Amino acid sequence: MDVLYFAWVRERIGMPRERIETQAATVADLVDELRSREDRYAAAFADLSALRVALDQELGAFDAPLAGVREVAFFPPMTGG
Amino acid sequence: MRVKVQEAPFDVADEMRGFGAPGTGAIVTFTGVVRNSDSGNLTAMEIEHYPGMTEAALAQIATRAQERWQLGDVLVIHRHGRLIPGEQIMMVATASRHRKAAFEAADFLMDYLKSRAPFWKKEITADGAEWVAARDEDEAALDRWSPEL
Repeated sequence: MDVLYFAWVRERIGMPRERIETQAATVADLVDELRSREDRYAAAFADLSALRVALDQELGAFDAPLAGVREVAFFPPMTGG
Repeated sequence: MRVKVQEAPFDVADEMRGFGAPGTGAIVTFTGVVRNSDSGNLTAMEIEHYPGMTEAALAQIATRAQERWQLGDVLVIHRHGRLIPGEQIMMVATASRHRKAAFEAADFLMDYLKSRAPFWKKEITADGAEWVAARDEDEAALDRWSPEL
């Protein structure tokens, strides 16, 4: 699936998007998988309460299942307006 | 209903030409401007967004406003990219038969697009760059409109 990062999550991880082959069942499982990869991921995902997630461009929850999802995005709380 | 996400500036008068519907008696427009810091040291504001999701989220918010109030027309414009203090960053416009619905719907649109549309602001000053943190008040403002999400 495509994993996208925005704002400071993108800066900490060092790229805007990547393609990931994963067997993770939920968003939280995917986060655990990413955290264990490298320090920069661990830093970006250190505090999930500071993050939001979108599944196929709809806001979702960290316990949401990933089955059938093509695009997951991680970002900080939005600051539009 | 129109939703626009763009880098280019917009002109409120141009956007308002033809806005409304037969029966419209009130039009409310709100324009957001890039505010300088108290010390006046803001060089620029960089606005990042999530292409695709942004347009969908704004359309969803505008649709909710139309479901909740009798609106003859709705417009939302939000810019992205690098803006300087004093530049117009976004606008909403609502048209209705009477002013109360137009005012309330514009207020609702503003509250929702502040914390539910995927934009992120970064302040650039001579000292460096810093992401703007979301404010608890902005999240709390949504409670006024419950039972909306």
